[in-house]
Amino acid sequence: MEPENNSRRDFLLAGLAAAGLVSGCTSKKDPFEANAEGATASGKKVKLLSVDGEVIEVDEAFLKPVPHMPPVSNEEARVGIPGKKFVMVIDLSRCKNLKKCQEACNHAHELNPGHNWIKVYPMQGAEHTAPYWEPTTCMHCDEPPCVKVCPVDATFKREDGIVLIDSDRCIGCRFCMAACPYSTRVFNWGEPDLPAEVAAQPYSCETSIPQKKGTVGKCDFCADMTRMGMLPHCVSACPNGTFFFGDMNEDSVTNGAETFRFSDLIRDKGGYRLMEDLGTKPSVYYLPPVNRNFPFESGLENDKTENS
Amino acid sequence: MENSIKGEQIIQDLLPRKFKTGGKIWVGVLSAFCLVGVYAYYRQLRYGLIVTNMRDYVSWGIYISNFVFFVAISLVGSLITAIFRLVGVKWGAPLTRIAEMIAVGAIIFASIIIIVDMGSPERFYNLFLYGRIQSPIIWDVIVITTYFFISLLLLYYPLLPDLKILLRFKEKYSPALYKFYSFLGSFWKGDHKQYLLSKKAIQVLCVAIIPVAFTIHTVTSWLFATTYRPGWDSTNFGAYFIAGAFLVGAGSVVVAMYIFRTWYRMDKYITVDHFDKMGRVLVLLSLLYLYFNVNEFLTPFFKMKESEASYLNDLFTGSFAPMFWFAIFTGIILPVIILLFKQGRRPLPMFIVGIMVVVGAWFKRYLIVTPTLLHPFMPMHDVPAAYHHYFPSWEEWAIAMASLAGTMLIITLLCRIFPVIPIQETLDENHETVK
Repeated sequence: MEPENNSRRDFLLAGLAAAGLVSGCTSKKDPFEANAEGATASGKKVKLLSVDGEVIEVDEAFLKPVPHMPPVSNEEARVGIPGKKFVMVIDLSRCKNLKKCQEACNHAHELNPGHNWIKVYPMQGAEHTAPYWEPTTCMHCDEPPCVKVCPVDATFKREDGIVLIDSDRCIGCRFCMAACPYSTRVFNWGEPDLPAEVAAQPYSCETSIPQKKGTVGKCDFCADMTRMGMLPHCVSACPNGTFFFGDMNEDSVTNGAETFRFSDLIRDKGGYRLMEDLGTKPSVYYLPPVNRNFPFESGLENDKTENS
Repeated sequence: MENSIKGEQIIQDLLPRKFKTGGKIWVGVLSAFCLVGVYAYYRQLRYGLIVTNMRDYVSWGIYISNFVFFVAISLVGSLITAIFRLVGVKWGAPLTRIAEMIAVGAIIFASIIIIVDMGSPERFYNLFLYGRIQSPIIWDVIVITTYFFISLLLLYYPLLPDLKILLRFKEKYSPALYKFYSFLGSFWKGDHKQYLLSKKAIQVLCVAIIPVAFTIHTVTSWLFATTYRPGWDSTNFGAYFIAGAFLVGAGSVVVAMYIFRTWYRMDKYITVDHFDKMGRVLVLLSLLYLYFNVNEFLTPFFKMKESEASYLNDLFTGSFAPMFWFAIFTGIILPVIILLFKQGRRPLPMFIVGIMVVVGAWFKRYLIVTPTLLHPFMPMHDVPAAYHHYFPSWEEWAIAMASLAGTMLIITLLCRIFPVIPIQETLDENHETVK
C-alpha cells in the first residue's frame, strides 16, 4: 500500500509545479490518503502519469481536488521564502483608476466592502502640478513602523521582505494603524461577512484568510501566490500593466507581459519611493506619471462617490 | 486632659461615616452609569468595535483620550504625596489621602479602559506570552502595573496607624467591615520599631514613585510621539503631558477637597488656607502647562509645514477650533486669571476653577488624540464616507461615562471605609501645635 500511495502523491504534486510544496505540507493527516476519508472504490479507474514517467491506474473515488495550497505552518509563514527579496514597481503613467487591482485583491482575500487593501488616490502635489492616479499597497517597508510598535509580534517582517499579520495573535490595539504613515492598514471593526466555509478555515498569515473580527488586515503581497511562484492578484489583474512584481535579488520585475531588469527600470524611468524622508524604506517603488497612456480625467468616472 | 478631649473630637470628626440619603443616591447614580456602561461593553464584545464610531482613520477615539486623562489624573498621587513630602511641604499632609485615593481610582480605570479599547480583549494574555519589549505598549503595561502597586502601598502604609484607631470602635461598623479592618491592620501595634519601619518604607516609596510617575505619563505620551503623524511627532510630548497631568490632578484634588469639606463638614481640617495654597499651586501648574502648550503649537504654527498645515488650521480656525480654544481658555488661561486674585482662591471659586481645569483637560485629551488621526499623510480616499468624521457612538459615551463614574465610585467607596484625612497625622500635628 505504501509505495503505491507515494507514487500517487508524487503525481498529484507534479501537477502543481511547485517544488517547495513538500516542505510546506505539515498536516499530520495525509490529505491524499483516500481511506482516511472513508471513500470506497467505485471500480472506475483513471490513468495517470507519475513524475517518474510511469503510467498508473487509480480508482476515481480516490481522486480528490488537490488543495489549492497546502497551508504552511505559522513558523514557516513567519520566516518567509529564503533567498528572496520581493519588490514592487508601480508605473503611474499607466494607471487610469480602473480599480481592477482593487477588485481582484478584494475578491482574492474575501474582503468586505469598504475594506480596500489597495487604494487608488487622485494625487496632486501642488496647485499647478498635474494630477495623477496613485495606487497604493502595503509598502512592505524595510524599517516598518508598524512592526516596531506591535506589542505582541502579531505583525512581523520576513526574510523575503514581506510584512504580514498573524490574525490569530493580533490583540486589536491598532497601534500599527497609528504608526503606519501610508494609511494602509484596515481594521475589522465587526465580524467579517464571509461564506461559512471561508470563515471556518484556519487562518493563514500568507493568504490572510479569513479576516477576523477585532484584528488588523492589510496587503500581504499575496505571499501565498509568491510561494507558488505566481504574481500577486493586483499585478495580473491590471489590464494596463501598471504593477510590476519581482525579486530584488534576481534584479527583475514583471507585470506578466513585460519583464524588466529592476535596476534599469528604476534608473531609466526615475523610480522613487513614497515618503522617503521618514526612513521607512519601502519595498514599493513608483515610476513618475510622465508620457502617460491615459489622461487623468479618464479615471474620474470610476472614482465612486460613496467611496471617496 | 483638654488635649486628649480634643484628640477624641478629632477622631470622631474624621472617622469614616455611613452614607446618608445623599450618599446613597450618589452611589446609586454612579452604579447606574456603570451598569449602562457594562451593557454597552457587552454589546461591544458581542458585535465588535463596530458599535463604536471609530473607523480606519480615527482608529483611536474617546477610549484612548479617556485613558490619557486617567493616567494624567493619577499622577497627582505622586505630586501631593511624594513631591510635597520630599520638599517638605507640611500643609499638604491632610490632602495626601485624597490624592492617593484619586490616584488609585484613576489608575484602575486607566487599565480597564485600555482593555475596553482592544479589538480582541480575550487575547490580553498575548501581551505576556509574546510581549515585545520594543513596543511602547509593553513599556506602558510595565510602568502602569508598577505605578498601581506603588500607589496602592502609598495609600496603605500611612493607613496603618489610622486602622489601629478604627479598630477601637468595633460597635460602629458591620462585622464584615470590622473583619476587613482587622485583616488589613490588626498586626499593627504602633510600637517604635514598626513606626520606624513604616516611616522608612513610605520614604522609599515616595522616592520610587516619582520616576515611575514621570515614566508612566511620558510613556503614555510616547504612544503618540513614536509615530510620524502631524501633531504627535513632537519631542515636547513627554514634558507637555506631565505638565498637563499635574495640572488636571491638582484640579481634581481641589474639587474633591471642596466636596469633602462641605459634605463631611471638615472645615477645621480642610481649611481656607489649604484652598489658598492649592490655588497658588494651580497657578504655577497652569502657567507651566501654558508654557508647554506654547512650545507645542507656536513653532509648528510659525513654520506651517505642508504636512502639518491642515491639522493646525483645523485646530486653530477649523472644525476643532471651538473645542481647542475652550480647552485652552477654560482649562489653562482663565484659571490663572481667577486664581491670581485672593478672592479667587476661596473655596467656592476654587471648586469652580477645579471643575474648569478638569473639564478643559478632558477636552484637551480628546484634541490630542482625534484631530491628528483625521489628518493622515495620504488623503482620505477609497473608504466609506463615514470614515471621514468621528463622533462617538452612544456605546462609546456610555462606556466613557461609566469609566468616569467608576473612578468616582472607587473614590467614594474608599472614603466610605477609610478616613479621608489621616487621623494619626492630624493628632500628631495637633499635639505638636499644642506643645
